[in-house]
Amino acid sequence: MSKNPEFVKFDKVDKSYDGKVLVVKDLQLDIAEGEFITMLGPSGSGKTTCLMMLAGFETPTHGEILLDGNIISNIPPHKRGIGMVFQNYALFPHMTVYENLAFPLRVRKVEKNEIDKKVDKALSMVSLSGFETRMPAQLSGGQQQRVAVARALVFDPAVVLMDEPLGALDKNLRESMQYEIKHIHESIGVTVVYVTHDQSEALTMSNRIAVFNDGKVQQLSNPAELYEKPVNSFVAEFIGENNTFNGEVVDIDKDKCKVKLANSEILANPISVKSKGEKTTVSLRPERALINPTDKMDNMFTGKIEEVIYHGDHTRVRLNLLGSSEFILKVPNSTSNLELKVSQDINIGWNSVDARALDPK
Amino acid sequence: MSSETKQILTTDGIPLEVSLKKAEKKNKIKAFLLVAPLLLFLVITYIFPIGDMFMRSVDDRMVTNMLPKTFKAMEKWENLEELPPEEVYRGFYEDYKVLVEKQEHGKLGQRLNKEKNGFNTITKRLFRQIKRNKIDESISIKEQINKIHKRWRNVEFWLAIKRTAPPYTMAKYLKGMDMYVASDGSIAQVDEDRRIHRILWLRTLEIAFFVTLFSFFMGYPIAHLLATLPMKYSNLLMICVLLPFWTSLLVRTASWMILLQQQGVVNDFFVMIGLVGDDNRPEMMYNKVGTYVAMTQILLPFMVLPLYSVMKTISPSLMRAGKSLGGTPFVAFWKVYFPLTIPGIGAGCLLVFILAIGYYITPALVGGASGTLISNQIAFHMKTTLDWSFASAMGLMLLTGVLVIYWIYNKLVGVDNIKLG
Repeated sequence: MSKNPEFVKFDKVDKSYDGKVLVVKDLQLDIAEGEFITMLGPSGSGKTTCLMMLAGFETPTHGEILLDGNIISNIPPHKRGIGMVFQNYALFPHMTVYENLAFPLRVRKVEKNEIDKKVDKALSMVSLSGFETRMPAQLSGGQQQRVAVARALVFDPAVVLMDEPLGALDKNLRESMQYEIKHIHESIGVTVVYVTHDQSEALTMSNRIAVFNDGKVQQLSNPAELYEKPVNSFVAEFIGENNTFNGEVVDIDKDKCKVKLANSEILANPISVKSKGEKTTVSLRPERALINPTDKMDNMFTGKIEEVIYHGDHTRVRLNLLGSSEFILKVPNSTSNLELKVSQDINIGWNSVDARALDPK
Repeated sequence: MSSETKQILTTDGIPLEVSLKKAEKKNKIKAFLLVAPLLLFLVITYIFPIGDMFMRSVDDRMVTNMLPKTFKAMEKWENLEELPPEEVYRGFYEDYKVLVEKQEHGKLGQRLNKEKNGFNTITKRLFRQIKRNKIDESISIKEQINKIHKRWRNVEFWLAIKRTAPPYTMAKYLKGMDMYVASDGSIAQVDEDRRIHRILWLRTLEIAFFVTLFSFFMGYPIAHLLATLPMKYSNLLMICVLLPFWTSLLVRTASWMILLQQQGVVNDFFVMIGLVGDDNRPEMMYNKVGTYVAMTQILLPFMVLPLYSVMKTISPSLMRAGKSLGGTPFVAFWKVYFPLTIPGIGAGCLLVFILAIGYYITPALVGGASGTLISNQIAFHMKTTLDWSFASAMGLMLLTGVLVIYWIYNKLVGVDNIKLG
């Protein structure tokens, strides 16, 4: 069976709560069947609103949402058959784990032994077999989370929405749950729309990520491309760490451009600049700049160490470079580590292809 | 082993347990002193009066104290089908003479008359004989008294005296349930046309029940709205709910009188819109309707507030979860939201019911004859007939009723599940 690449479709969707400000602007987004897509963005960027519109708790002000080719804007939430995991889990506190999971099946008038089977299967999927008679309050945060996931999946929905489901967990648990959810997704092949403001969560879990800002999708691509090739300075800034230089294009050809900074010039990869004289922000990932490079690189400079912070697996070095004292380097922790001392001068180099000249900030 | 048996010492060498107790003691005393005023207040204003009420309601020592010798002699009266022996007559005569000297014989006559009709007449006869010194103490008193009136020769009257011997009586409680102790000592019901108290008890329960029901059906949506509306509207609505709460009870009841009377605002409005004819205005006051309307309005906040405080804690995402999982809005409400509000419903209903069952001013003002409650009857005996012991007995019966309801409620719902805030 071929997968429908437009299983969920946002078609020119606008949303406004007060008739003055658009929370979501002209959203065009196709989600393929079986895909794990993450809506990532700062709070207030419109990502949760999109999710709520898909779930049916908010109606689009303009435009249509299609599920498997059918317009669903006028279908009430309970008829959409979309599973949802809520931020605070929203387990029914007066029902046992079993009753929580049986709820979506009971309202669908599924037979008793069929319910038992499905609940069993869903619980073993989240490795919570044997917890049927517990009340939600008797479970830890991570366990409640799993019950919420199991409940959203137990009735075999076509789409599952997850609204920052890991937000309330501590760091270690959050990471292990990320893998668990990813594995569940891989094993049952359900379409997942995931909302988060945590970029590392988005990068580890998703097939594709839609970065939201200001009611618009800034970039929609797979995690690697998103990180390696941000298309604008917001995405570059929001995903991972990022060194920036603001300047003006003085020379440009096909895959290189020369950017004039306050008192020097660097070579960069022209992404969103087209012509001479344009203002630009050059973005460079910290790990792409090397100390004392052995190979020849087309950007070579000398900087002075301002601060050295030990992070265990890597060391962060803050440099004064090209007139800015905010240049960050990440030095992996290896045996061949050089001595890094404050106010020492070091040579730094990077390739122009990694320095992306984006829209000015 | 050793760590268990060895006493743990503080650095000063005092056993840890002793040291802990010493440290805690100050806190305990402090805590006790903080609640002491309340405790004292409760004892003086609540526990002591209830005890006093109870004593009053069962106290029947008047006759016991007036006829000490009679009752002493009656211990020897064995065959209760025959007239008592000479000693009883003599004892009664001597007791009565003392009462005559103290001028308390009238009270005895009235009290005995309550026990057995016709007693007043024959004690008055006895009084006259004593006043005229007609009784010769050297010969049989029995024969002389028996000659005064034929009723003295009726064993029923002596049995009536005997019945008043115990210093305590349940008669007031029986009266509260329209029952009495018959002359043969068994408990009997009063005639059907005189059973006023039972009607009042039933009516009190009925009105309290329906007022609770009305408050629930009106209060639930209000509380839900309060809990879900945005802050600026919910504050306004909250003030609307609380405003009557802050108004004097009398003012509110009086305003209901203005609204509901036959020439009142509501009736005027009905006539104006042609719902009823001007000569055919319905009576909405001085009957049950008035009591229902006014009491429901007055007790509504007691339903709304506990419901609101419970609903406020229910996350709106639960309803959403219910819907997203496939429940219709009604199913989501009934299976998810409603069960979570039960603690609030319990608290609100219990509060309203218990308040309604003892309500007094409102039914007294708007209830008329068919809308008054048991508390109005209690007030009537407190103020008008001055039968405080009967009023006390009914008050205690009401209190017991409330405790029983609380107990049943605890069995059904569990008091732990009540949430007042």
